[in-house]
Amino acid sequence: MSDPILELSGIHTDIAQYHILQGVDLAVPRGGVTMLLGRNGVGKTTTLRTIIGHWQSKAGRIRFNGTEITTLPTPARARAGIGFVPEDMGIFSDLTVEENMILAAASGPLDPARLEWIFAAFPPLRTFWKSEAGNLSGGQKQMLSIARAMAEERQLYLIDEPTKGLAPAIISTMAGALRDLKKKGASILLVEQNFSVAKALGDTAAVMDDGRIVWAGEMAELAGDSGLQERLMGLSMEAH
Amino acid sequence: MLTKLLSGDRPRSLILSFVLLAILAGLALAPFLFPGVRSLETAARICIFIVLVASYDLLLGYSGIVSFAHTMFFGLGAYGVALASTHMGRGYDALAVGTIAGAVAAAVLALLIGLFSLRVRAIFFAMITLAVASAVAVLVSQLSGLTGGEDGLNYSIPRELTPAFRLGTLFGVSITGKLLNYYLVFFASLMLFLLLLRVVNSPFGRVLQAIRENDFRAEAIGYRVVLYRTLATCLSAAVAAIAGSLFAIWLRYVGPDTTLSFEIMLDILLMVVIGGMGTMYGAVIGATIFVLAQNYLQNLMGVASGATEGLPLIPQLLDPDRWLLWLGVLFILSVYFFPTGIVGRLRSED
Amino acid sequence: MAAAPDHAPKYAQLPLSDKIGRAMPLLLVPVLVLLGFLSIGSTSSWLTLTVSGLAMGMMIFIMASGLTLVFGLMDVINFGHGAFISVGAYVGISALLALEGWTGVPSLMLNVAAVLAAVIAAMCVTGALGWGFERVIVRPVYGAHLKQILVTVGGLIVIEQMIHVLWGPDEIYITRPEMLKGAVTFAGAAIEKYRLLAVVFGLALFIAMRLVLKRTKIGLIVRAGVQNGEMVQALGYRLRLVFIGVFVTGSALAGLGGVMWGLYQEVITAGMGEEMMILVFIVVIIGGLGSVEGAFIGALMVGLLQNYVAFLEPKLALISNIALMTAILMWRPQGMMPVVKAK
Repeated sequence: MSDPILELSGIHTDIAQYHILQGVDLAVPRGGVTMLLGRNGVGKTTTLRTIIGHWQSKAGRIRFNGTEITTLPTPARARAGIGFVPEDMGIFSDLTVEENMILAAASGPLDPARLEWIFAAFPPLRTFWKSEAGNLSGGQKQMLSIARAMAEERQLYLIDEPTKGLAPAIISTMAGALRDLKKKGASILLVEQNFSVAKALGDTAAVMDDGRIVWAGEMAELAGDSGLQERLMGLSMEAH
Repeated sequence: MLTKLLSGDRPRSLILSFVLLAILAGLALAPFLFPGVRSLETAARICIFIVLVASYDLLLGYSGIVSFAHTMFFGLGAYGVALASTHMGRGYDALAVGTIAGAVAAAVLALLIGLFSLRVRAIFFAMITLAVASAVAVLVSQLSGLTGGEDGLNYSIPRELTPAFRLGTLFGVSITGKLLNYYLVFFASLMLFLLLLRVVNSPFGRVLQAIRENDFRAEAIGYRVVLYRTLATCLSAAVAAIAGSLFAIWLRYVGPDTTLSFEIMLDILLMVVIGGMGTMYGAVIGATIFVLAQNYLQNLMGVASGATEGLPLIPQLLDPDRWLLWLGVLFILSVYFFPTGIVGRLRSED
Repeated sequence: MAAAPDHAPKYAQLPLSDKIGRAMPLLLVPVLVLLGFLSIGSTSSWLTLTVSGLAMGMMIFIMASGLTLVFGLMDVINFGHGAFISVGAYVGISALLALEGWTGVPSLMLNVAAVLAAVIAAMCVTGALGWGFERVIVRPVYGAHLKQILVTVGGLIVIEQMIHVLWGPDEIYITRPEMLKGAVTFAGAAIEKYRLLAVVFGLALFIAMRLVLKRTKIGLIVRAGVQNGEMVQALGYRLRLVFIGVFVTGSALAGLGGVMWGLYQEVITAGMGEEMMILVFIVVIIGGLGSVEGAFIGALMVGLLQNYVAFLEPKLALISNIALMTAILMWRPQGMMPVVKAK
């Protein structure tokens, strides 16, 4: 693959007095799904939040699409073409589904064709278009959070555990939508605890431990080597 | 011995030690060093405000809680003594009953406010204390049958504490009941201050500081944050009330303006911040500087205002009534550039 | 294309008790009005008191709306908000005094033009002042509540004192423009014209504010920002700019409230903002920090209760608000309509 769409070099991030990221080096190739894996608490979520700018890194560089974004504020990073789906989904629960989607289209009105595409991927959103997002079920909220990221063309999506706590049927819907997104040419950096989903979706993978990337390579290689999985991620990552 | 008296919390700065000793000596010997009614008034006021400000520092500096009700507690103590002396007649028993009743009432009220607001968010506390304190101030001025309203209350205290009581002269200074009254105020203030010093250096005080630094973590470690904060509020309120009682004993008068006004609340805030939050000794420095400045600098402003007469705006800006303007500016600047106050600055230089 | 999900989507229905719980605060105002009617007994007194209570409530709401939004958006609590009320009153009343030729004649057109000019002047000055206040006083202390409270109180003192410097230490008395003087009689009750005007104006402003918040994109951004500011930024919106806009608007509204309150009381003092802040804080707390609707209901309740109690038992009027606050906080510790924060 050509030059990576996103490149982190030597990123350090502190949260309060805790040194969470201790020199993250990570390259996300253009046009594929990169899985960010690792045990709980090793810094995966912090990595995503540092990329979007919710945490400011204290050392290191972040390059997106060939330009440096290390010190840009969050909104500028978003407008540069990074979509973000946080672990808590970040739904505006007092707003309706429609209002959530209107906001998601930051640069103008919602594109009807795009909306149809989103409805096809997540039919419940059409059903509950005028309802308050806070009243949706957990799976529907997760659909909305991904739909929001899809509302506009973005080059890179940062998605944090989209299948957490969801029923298997909804997980397959999610996976389908993400595959769809990838087909449209977007690059995705995906944090995932469900290894079978990771195996099915990932092209490449990076594994974190203790605030660093400890392994990076093809997803297939990791999936095929249970010894490697055991060594990198321990027991929390048993294959489903 | 000395270290033990200070609960192991030494000034930790040579200059600060000297300044504190000078203030202590000055206040201890005030009637002899600075004879005169006005300087004795000033000295007594400094003693009382040191306690009042130190008790506020327990909240603001050590617990990270902003309260606007400190003058209300101060006033409760003052009105306690005034009402007891009015209704029970002149006597030490009235002073004791008034003081204790005021302190208990203050602690109970603090407990109620704390339970309502600290449980939700610390920021509620600032807003609710502001509302409650202003309502109490209005109530006191409206219930004129009980409190004397805007005029306040004059009452008698035991004769041994008044100027009418004469014992003779010492070093050319006549020893009167007023002087005895001053020493009552002085020693009571000294003891209250040492008590507060002990509290902030106790395990309780350390938990408070841990909560101030990071309440989530303190909660996670297993400290009941709300309980500790509420206790600190009650203690601080009770000490403020006792300071108010001393003030009432000293002045033989209470009124809304001298004990309850929002302006005194601002004075307290300024004294804490200028002296240094979370240091206790800051209360001593802040109160001393502030009360002195209030008494003597305002004259200077009057002179400056008179001298600049004829210039546009400047005389109005220098008018002694605009004292608060300059304090406000000083206050903002100290919070920004000088957050550790004079004590913090002195300590960091050594 | 993804296959349609094979699960049956279920709309999470709110239990009935939740629905009632949500609607409860809306019922409180009519209940209060009814209770007022029952305890006052006389229809005409009740009507007069109700109108003045509503008028007062509207004005408090105008002053409080900016404060609650500023808090909701950026977690900034501005104790200096009251300064804008005072400054607005002084600027507006000065303008009215300067326009005596328009206010002293019984011409509705000229009178309204004078009030409009005064309001615009007041809002421009307080809006600009708010912008400066945000930059100089508030911005350096984001995220630090303790310092925020301290410096904004400092700012309040300085601005109040500057009013003394610029306008002199004494209160200023004013009379309302000719056409706004006097009262209309309705069902045996004398109702001051100005109070009616204040009610109508306040209601119109509340509706306009709701429309902006519900129907415009900027309103959506504000509402979403109150719930989850981080996510709004991650979608690409510069929340800081929105916040400054809200801060300036809120300051201008406080200035507007100041003019209205000055005309209502027919006297202004530098300390009036500080006094109103007490009521504003009570309203913001019982409404739920960050909630515009909550502040509206809270303001009406405070205004009505204060007027009813002042009629029934004058000495308890101010305490009544504290009692109201206590009762509401016992019922809902976060206020009537707390904003659901994402975190």
